[in-house]
Amino acid sequence: MPEKPNETVKIKSAKKMRDLMTAYYLEALSAGQNHKQVAWITSGGPVEPLVAMDIIPIYPENHGAMIGSAKMGEDLCAKAEDMGYSSDLCSYARADIACSVVKGGPIGGLPRPDMLICCNNICGTVLKWYEVQARFYNVPLFIFDTPICHTAYSPEIAKYVRTQIDEYILFLETVIQRKLDHDRMNEVGKLSLEGQRLWQKVLNTTAHKPSPMSAFDAFFFLALIVTLRGTRIAVDFYKELIEEMEQRIRDGVSSIPNEKYRLLWDNLPVWYRLKWLSSKFSDHNACLVADTYTSAWCGTIKYIDENHFLDSMAEAYTRIYLNIGVDQMADEVLNMIRFYDIDGFVMHSNRSCKPYSFGQMDIMRIVREKTGIPVLMIEADMTDPRSFSESQVETRIDAFMEIIKQRRG
Amino acid sequence: MKDIEFFHDAVRHIPETASQIKKQGRKIMGYLCSYAPEELIHAAGFHPMRLFSSKSDIILAENHLQSYCCSLVRGILEDSLNGRLDFLDGAVFPHTCDSMQRLSDIWRMNNRYAFFADVVLPAKLNTESSGIYMTDVLTRFKKDLEAAIGKDIPDTEVKASISLFNQIRKNLSALYDLNSRHPGIISGRDLYALVKGSMIMDRKEASDRLANIVSHLNKISPPVKPGKRLILSGSVCDTPDIFDAIETAGGVLVGDDLCTGQRWFEGPVMEDTPPLSAMAQRYRDRVTCPAKHSGLTTRAENLVSQVKKNQADGVVFLMLKFCDPHTFDYPYLKEHLDGAGIKSMAFEMDDQQQSLAQFSTRIETFIHMI
Repeated sequence: MPEKPNETVKIKSAKKMRDLMTAYYLEALSAGQNHKQVAWITSGGPVEPLVAMDIIPIYPENHGAMIGSAKMGEDLCAKAEDMGYSSDLCSYARADIACSVVKGGPIGGLPRPDMLICCNNICGTVLKWYEVQARFYNVPLFIFDTPICHTAYSPEIAKYVRTQIDEYILFLETVIQRKLDHDRMNEVGKLSLEGQRLWQKVLNTTAHKPSPMSAFDAFFFLALIVTLRGTRIAVDFYKELIEEMEQRIRDGVSSIPNEKYRLLWDNLPVWYRLKWLSSKFSDHNACLVADTYTSAWCGTIKYIDENHFLDSMAEAYTRIYLNIGVDQMADEVLNMIRFYDIDGFVMHSNRSCKPYSFGQMDIMRIVREKTGIPVLMIEADMTDPRSFSESQVETRIDAFMEIIKQRRG
Repeated sequence: MKDIEFFHDAVRHIPETASQIKKQGRKIMGYLCSYAPEELIHAAGFHPMRLFSSKSDIILAENHLQSYCCSLVRGILEDSLNGRLDFLDGAVFPHTCDSMQRLSDIWRMNNRYAFFADVVLPAKLNTESSGIYMTDVLTRFKKDLEAAIGKDIPDTEVKASISLFNQIRKNLSALYDLNSRHPGIISGRDLYALVKGSMIMDRKEASDRLANIVSHLNKISPPVKPGKRLILSGSVCDTPDIFDAIETAGGVLVGDDLCTGQRWFEGPVMEDTPPLSAMAQRYRDRVTCPAKHSGLTTRAENLVSQVKKNQADGVVFLMLKFCDPHTFDYPYLKEHLDGAGIKSMAFEMDDQQQSLAQFSTRIETFIHMI
């Protein structure tokens, strides 16, 4: 899991979160001994049926984030390049593909999958990546195909995705030779929705001035809503985290010592430079209070009907932030700028993530036109440090903060 | 031969070709991918024209797409923003890769032409529900076109277009077959001008001229052209000098796995079934683009069988830099070729590639080796 940046008063829940994630990975790594099956699933994939069927979900993307934070990305990515994969491909995919072969990384590789679940609502890269892994492990692959909603969620898309939910459950039942218990499924659906609502509430606490936590904390606390969505563990944890945030607000404890400027982050984190970026902004009394990335795990609550979870899940999983048109993404950014009262927008142009990064320049123009706030674009990669230039990024952050300071007076 | 020259002219001077078509009162609909439902565009009375980059310097597109976006996508956006595609009345974006997906958004938001449509095809092609969805998407696209022209497109028109496009496919297949049996009967440069021209020119004219060319080539006595028999694999190959370089190095092309080649034209649309489901079926049956899924090893099996069928000596992978789907597939395709004892080489290039000196050296070495 990602390392935790320094802060004034530590968030106490961080230790519990680390313990929960350690327990989760230990259980997953001993799945074979406990006669449990493991499914690898994409970060935006429909995990709830897995939880309801007692299959352990594993997220190679979360593993990618751990590899990046542990600064092991360069080595693993280079190994994938030796295997013939271009250095221009997604660094999560490169690191994971190499890790499967060499059993490297911070936890010595992920537990072997019994099946693979690929939902392409985040990108086309996962389709290719999971094909590679399905060939390597020789296990069944289910592709949950969620057509992009450039302008609308059309009736044809709705019908196609809904049909695939039945196909997905049939696939799982066939692989594990056990039927889905629909009562259990309803229960997991309710927990998933509750977890998403709580996660949204956690993120909302940063609207307070000064903010009790930062986007860097959100990158860290995100892991549970991704990996343990649909479980009581996530629900209970986020309840405690909200309590702690509310207490911090009451006590006047802020994320950075002297918050003067509030920033919004776009795209995945730069996992191997979290601490550096956090202190860089903090030195300018700037707090990254929100981001477009962590809110993706609670952005489609409005489409979920808790009494018909499986039916409504089709729309919720299809209309996530990355699977909509760039103009709709810009609208969401503008909403966040208003809600969090943002002074500047920091965009990570991420070589590893084309659907997230292409269109950013148009979003930048729209944000400038509609709000007038300064926008900074940083060129980097989420896991592979070879395309990160510290001195260049530093200079640009300094210049960007100067403009914000002049503008705010 | 005059007919072949005609194709060269059409692709060399695309704005002039477009203006000739517009003079006949036809509106021009651009598209960027081999999955574009050209038959429907044609049946609606539009002229379907595949867009290629003019390979000009990237200036305006720099404000929309970062440098790690592929040269084809950036190049076509540059042409559009620069006004070089002002002959277009609209454009159609079938869903394929992440870069095309975002190009569609940027194109729509820039709003330069009267008509715009996304054709959000499925990413997987090998399930029953994706087949139904494919037909539903084509039905939706037909309605979009009907809304644009203000009238229904009768099935008879769609069938007539399908029949015309099938003629083009049949003739291009015949040319490839002929060239595989008698390599050198047509040069690579000529052959690819015919393919590209067939995506650009008036289709009736293309079809008639292709038929003439096939019948002409069938009559001449084939040259004896020894050379290493090669298959080209990749996405778009819009660099005719590549074909010259291969031939100069002692190679002959006997087939390809390109979306500006056989992937685009192989296999007819069935004419005895309802037209939209027949078109959907062809997209599911044809050799796939790696942005689509039709099985875990389907592409490798196709490539190996294509090599065997054409008795090829090797495969040349041409990869556009930053093309994720193709670069992801390369290691496994190579592994399958190695397993079948088939030699291959890979070359990464830009659509705006300035110099082919490096390619020439590589291909010469490769040809000596096989």
